[in-house]
Amino acid sequence: MARIELQNIAKNYGPVEVMRDINLEIEDGEFIVLVGPSGCGKSTLLRMIAGLEPITDGEFRVDGRRMNEVQPRDRDMAMVFQSYALYPHMDVARNMGFSLEIRKAPSQERAGKVHDAAKTLGLTSLTARLPKALSGGQRQRVAMGRAIVRDPSAFLFDEPLSNLDAALRVEMRLEIARLHQRLETTMIYVTHDQVEALTLADRIVVLNAGKIQQVGTPLDLYERPANRFVAQFIGSPTMNILEVAPADKGVLLKDGTLIGISPGTGHASASDLGVRPEHLNIVPEAAAHFSGTAELVEHLGSDTNIHARVPDIGQVLVRQHGHFPLKTGDPVHIAMELDKVHLFAPDGQRLEPVVGSG
Amino acid sequence: MSVHRHSSPLAVTGKYLALALYVGFALFPLYWLAKIAVTPDKLIYTEGTALVPSSFTLENFRTVLVATDFLYYFRNSLVVSLTTAAITTCIAAAAGYAFSRFTFRGKRLVVAIMLITQMFPLLMIIAPIYKIVAAVGLLNSLTSLIIVYTAFNIPFATFLMQSFFDGIPKDLEEAGMMDGCTRFQALRKIVLPLTLPGLGATLGFIFTAAWSELLFALMLINSNDTMTFPVGLLTFVSKFSVDWGQMMAAGVLALVPSCLFFIFIQRYLVQGLTSGAVKG
Repeated sequence: MARIELQNIAKNYGPVEVMRDINLEIEDGEFIVLVGPSGCGKSTLLRMIAGLEPITDGEFRVDGRRMNEVQPRDRDMAMVFQSYALYPHMDVARNMGFSLEIRKAPSQERAGKVHDAAKTLGLTSLTARLPKALSGGQRQRVAMGRAIVRDPSAFLFDEPLSNLDAALRVEMRLEIARLHQRLETTMIYVTHDQVEALTLADRIVVLNAGKIQQVGTPLDLYERPANRFVAQFIGSPTMNILEVAPADKGVLLKDGTLIGISPGTGHASASDLGVRPEHLNIVPEAAAHFSGTAELVEHLGSDTNIHARVPDIGQVLVRQHGHFPLKTGDPVHIAMELDKVHLFAPDGQRLEPVVGSG
Repeated sequence: MSVHRHSSPLAVTGKYLALALYVGFALFPLYWLAKIAVTPDKLIYTEGTALVPSSFTLENFRTVLVATDFLYYFRNSLVVSLTTAAITTCIAAAAGYAFSRFTFRGKRLVVAIMLITQMFPLLMIIAPIYKIVAAVGLLNSLTSLIIVYTAFNIPFATFLMQSFFDGIPKDLEEAGMMDGCTRFQALRKIVLPLTLPGLGATLGFIFTAAWSELLFALMLINSNDTMTFPVGLLTFVSKFSVDWGQMMAAGVLALVPSCLFFIFIQRYLVQGLTSGAVKG
């Protein structure tokens, strides 16, 4: 059990600053997902928590105790690596029991814990095998088993599913969620896959360029993204961003259409309007905010994605539920659900939109 | 569609012919060595160019083993080569690990210096080495050879070991440290078992190099007691004649430890020991 605090954490490699002002409090038992594009520093942050990477500045505490200088082996955290990092010369059982072996636990206790973990993960028949005789999914399970056996105060996952194929990834994702429900241990999970983030997390930390962009529940991030980066990073397909100019009673799209929504008085003026594909609708011409032609129509069965080209505005993606009878080249008339529209200032920060006011 | 590719019989024949030619070319001197070793003395000159001698004898081997100091030379060489290989490999493994895993001040400088030592022809430094060895009173001792061979083989062995350590994913040690190992425990329990092929290759390489070294052995050793094998071979050259048969018999015997050594380490040289560690 662990409550983890990061205070003003910074990381430099020589003169290069890769991370700064990282402040985060993780409650005991919480499932936190660090998400961001490659190179954003999410893995570095996890490695600093693990103790594999020195912390340049700031304080890292577990249950109120400063841990900056504590060796990885004394932090009582288990880590699952992206590469699995199984010991190739040890069989599955010894791999899983290695942490207990190092701590000189009695062999009976070791065997019992390994057996329990193997049973949970469906590895019982494989315990005598070497890692090279396992499939990718099995290796992944062994790596998780190795972490579980230790009964650590926190689990760290570094993109654990990115080497698996799509079907297996979904299955293992479920397994990790189940594991968290059962153990109720603090988990910190790094991924670049927003679906993993949205499905697993109690709270998501979005990172970009070494800084925290937003911390919140999956719904928070989806409904009220703190800035344009988060807005475009969370949600699939990506949010449409349309350039706008401020006007008296709302904002003006580039084709001159007035949209009756504004940041409210006293705030910075909006330069971008964001609207998710699922909050756009194909409507009769009279009700439309703008019109264009369908350039590409993707029929996914459950949904239809319509890539439309709108004169003066550009490419817009519309997502309609179910099968939508439309084909390439058809004219489309598009309306926004105004209560679901986001506004952003020129610096990318979110502006709280007010519908219908000036 | 069949995945089996049918090459024309001509191409296959050509390929094997080329291989056979190469193998024949490479192994011919060894064959000649063995051939002369078993040829009776009186036939060496009369049948000088015959591929197969008209009669065989093991007399040369008997003479070499019984009537000459060959066994002394052999023992001296064994002591020098084994000790050199062991010391060099230990130092090179430690240095190679440091180069592979740590960044430290002066690392580039040390690497540069080690490379530079490999650039000079050995002939250039023979005289200074002789002066130094003479000054410390180590002439005619096996110790001098061990020190010199170790010093000259360490740079190459270090780079060799470094490349083996580079091939072992860092994740493995980090996983070990997360599992409760100190860095040294991770090295001993995880990295070391995986480096055995590398250690084997380095040992074998250094052993062979030390086994066949002539230049320094010739310079630093004069007394019959401490002669190594390559120097000892020269004793078969007397003032008036060269005892080819015995010399070649000794040469054949000298191949034995090298062969044994490689057979012994071969199982460690087998690649793929790390497979299964990380995604693959």
